[in-house]
Amino acid sequence: MIEEVKLSPKDFKSDQEVRWCAGCGDHAVLNAVHKSMADLNLPKEKYVVISGIGCSSRFPYYMNTYAMHSIHGRAAAISSGVKVANPDLNVWMITGDGDCMAIGGNHFIHVVRRNIDINILLLNNQIYGLTKGQYSPTSLEGQVTKTSPYGTIEPPFHPGELVIGAQGKFFARSIDNNVKLCAQIFTEAAQFKGTSVVEVLQNCVIYNDKAHGYLTDKAHKDDRQLILEHGKPMIYGKNQDKGIIIDGFQLKTVTIGENGITKDDILVHDAYTKNPIMHLMIANMSQPEFPVALGIIRQVQTDTYEEKLEQQIKQVQSKSSIKSMKDLLYSGNTWEV
Amino acid sequence: MTDNKEQIKELEEVVIRFSGDSGDGMQLTGMLFSDTSALLGNDLATFPDYPAEIRAPQGTVGGVSGFQVHFGHSEVNTPGDYADVLVAMNPAALKANTKWIKKGGTIIIDIDSFTDKNIEKAGCVKEPLDQMSFRDYNIIKAPISTLTRESLKDLNLDPKSILRSKNMFALGMVYWLFHRPLEFTQKFFEAKFKKIPIVVEANKIVLKAGYYYAETIEALHPSYSVAPARIDKGTYRNINGNIATAWGLIAAAEKAKLNLFIGSYPITPATEILQELSKRKDLGVKSFQAEDEIAGICTAIGASFAGHLAVTTTSGPGLSLKTEAIGLAIITELPLVIVNVQRGGPSTGLPTKTEQSDLMQALYGRHGESPLVVIAASTPSNCFKYAYEAGRIAVEHMTPVILLTDGFLANGSEPWKIPDMDLLPDINAPIVKEGTEDFQPYRRLNEDMLRGWAIPGTKGLEHRLGGLEKMAVTGTVSYVPENHQVMTYERERKINQVVNSIPDVTVLGEQEGELLLIGWGGTYGHLYTAYRELTKAGHKIGFAHFNYIKPLPANTHDVLKRYKKLLVCELNLGQFANYLRLNFQDLEFFQYNKIQGLPFTIIELKQEILKILEEK
Repeated sequence: MIEEVKLSPKDFKSDQEVRWCAGCGDHAVLNAVHKSMADLNLPKEKYVVISGIGCSSRFPYYMNTYAMHSIHGRAAAISSGVKVANPDLNVWMITGDGDCMAIGGNHFIHVVRRNIDINILLLNNQIYGLTKGQYSPTSLEGQVTKTSPYGTIEPPFHPGELVIGAQGKFFARSIDNNVKLCAQIFTEAAQFKGTSVVEVLQNCVIYNDKAHGYLTDKAHKDDRQLILEHGKPMIYGKNQDKGIIIDGFQLKTVTIGENGITKDDILVHDAYTKNPIMHLMIANMSQPEFPVALGIIRQVQTDTYEEKLEQQIKQVQSKSSIKSMKDLLYSGNTWEV
Repeated sequence: MTDNKEQIKELEEVVIRFSGDSGDGMQLTGMLFSDTSALLGNDLATFPDYPAEIRAPQGTVGGVSGFQVHFGHSEVNTPGDYADVLVAMNPAALKANTKWIKKGGTIIIDIDSFTDKNIEKAGCVKEPLDQMSFRDYNIIKAPISTLTRESLKDLNLDPKSILRSKNMFALGMVYWLFHRPLEFTQKFFEAKFKKIPIVVEANKIVLKAGYYYAETIEALHPSYSVAPARIDKGTYRNINGNIATAWGLIAAAEKAKLNLFIGSYPITPATEILQELSKRKDLGVKSFQAEDEIAGICTAIGASFAGHLAVTTTSGPGLSLKTEAIGLAIITELPLVIVNVQRGGPSTGLPTKTEQSDLMQALYGRHGESPLVVIAASTPSNCFKYAYEAGRIAVEHMTPVILLTDGFLANGSEPWKIPDMDLLPDINAPIVKEGTEDFQPYRRLNEDMLRGWAIPGTKGLEHRLGGLEKMAVTGTVSYVPENHQVMTYERERKINQVVNSIPDVTVLGEQEGELLLIGWGGTYGHLYTAYRELTKAGHKIGFAHFNYIKPLPANTHDVLKRYKKLLVCELNLGQFANYLRLNFQDLEFFQYNKIQGLPFTIIELKQEILKILEEK
């Protein structure tokens, strides 16, 4: 049993000055993480925060926990080592779109596939910020950046699609300006047993300002964001009169009260179903046809890698006659001289 | 009538090479012969020589797989240069190995396989046997395939399975030739094929058939006997370099009271270490087969942060991929063992062949000023000792350590006196205890400059590590120019201080004078044998072999300067010689280098040493 402790968000703040640009979405995410960790009631020494390289990867320095700011793209592998070595630790990985899906793409899909219990916060600002404005694997096709002066000619990755393609069990999406939603999802992700990936739509105020402006625009945000809850119908809109239905093999937006549509026709979100097809469609809903889904899209509980490893070790140990190095040295063919 | 005893010739030492198609089971045949000889008390050394392809086209020279065993009744330090007996299961095997047979040696061939088709496949213009002078060799043309088939005709076995046991016919012949008992091998069949009694029986029948065939034919007289070696008393086992490495790491973890974690990606010839450690869940080893070389080392760094003895194993190309992460382990000052089983390079190079060409990569192949400890094993069995040392130094000095072995050590095997765990040196991990007041992650604990290992989960010691330069003592991020210089010196000094915990280099033979023969790593057996034979012949030389490379033993310069001539022999273009030149600019070095993917031969070493000795 892990003892329960009462801590406040400020207990998780380190003494280091936060050096992100004023107005950067990372500040809000940091606050949400501090709040979420306090809400989890775990002793501070149980948290380990691992990051790679990039603006968001400076995160560990601002945490008053065990933490490591590692090398570009490798946070998933380092986090895996920490968690497998000591499953008792609560491991968080902070990464960005470039760190996670370009240089670290291989480690990312494999940590998801293995289902190691790590909480991955993927801060997606669709740009390389620390190197000052080059396109990333999530930059939109046609986006003009310093390395795509005539517009990118690459189709972007959609993190949700990648996670589900790698047999991911937990995928959620949040947005930096909604600290409450972020903290709530981070807490759920931390409590989930297995790899959880939370894509945080994050604004880079310097190199890709308002990349998510369509969603954050105060006048329209309620019509453009669908906040999911398991077991609840997918209803959104300023007047709570819009919803998602399934039409053949496609999702479709409808207005309740029009064309005979009632509340009962609206699709009810099931985050727990194993079949990922619907989760994939929900994750891929994009503007302007659809609202963008926020909240927990997929949450399917199954055994974690480290649980299976511990079980296997116990099982082998119960059957083997080799209990120490000495036993091993004398096992098999030996002879006396 | 001649007395049977007179027909048995006592030999000092013998080299046998088993060769055939890569599917002919030559590795197993060689291993069984070695095990039987070891049980009889012979000292021995073995070396497998197999193609990179799992099943290269059958019958071609590229597909020939060989296993050489050298056994004797005195000390045996190498698998031997040239074979006294060659077993060649097909024309390709004969063609590939002709140059490795001693003049006057015995060649056993499966004459059934010398068909026109096979001869053509082997790329021979005409019958290879016709090209060999029968006066030079004792050639035994045994109808191995036919007799194997004949001896198993009463068993209900399919033709494929029958032919698969023909290697045991050849083994039976060699057993008779060297007066080996069959019991051990028979017991091996019983254990290995416990569930298929017919296979046990078939192998036993064929083994005996080969044995009796050899007894019956005249060609094999006289037979040979090699008396047991005079070696130290104790309990022995056979071990190869990769298994010894894996076991040395487990032993280090046990002694340090730490759990062992290995994060690795399969790569020839290092894979066997990962395989063995994956088996050792019984001893609690956590093995993680990573998605690539980089993830291998990064998971190990994560596990090290979390308080495990962490290891990653690889070969040259993999070490290249790991270099950035090694830099992270250096700046975070975490213990880590990196095993590099060297092979021929660059690039994919010669994956199954041996070389010592990664020394410079191990010493300097990183960005920034990034010192670490480099040590090298020098025999298959002492891979255990140096893997243990790598673990000890990594933990006690809070540093990554590169352990260099090579393809020759990894696959070579020899009898090994089982060490007493109680006699291995203690390993004390500098773990910071809960309740330590004013903990600072980069405070130096002593003259050795090590920092404390504060393990996540310990209350009150929360701290941040990372790749950015650290402020001295506090470990917070620092861009202060003078601090970078301070930290660079601290990291360098920490590695140099390791010199206080390693032994001096010892010199065999002449302690001063004309010539010092110098080697490092896996060439020990060959250099030692050359040194011993020259000394026996009356030449006055010294021999120094290095296992500790960075830092070098404290007495290195004192030793080197006592000789007029220094000759460094290594399997590369002179990397260790250049490293010594860099360290000792007042000294001059001769060098002898070989880059063929093969070990030295004693003959070439002796020639070279004599040449340097005679040079004015």
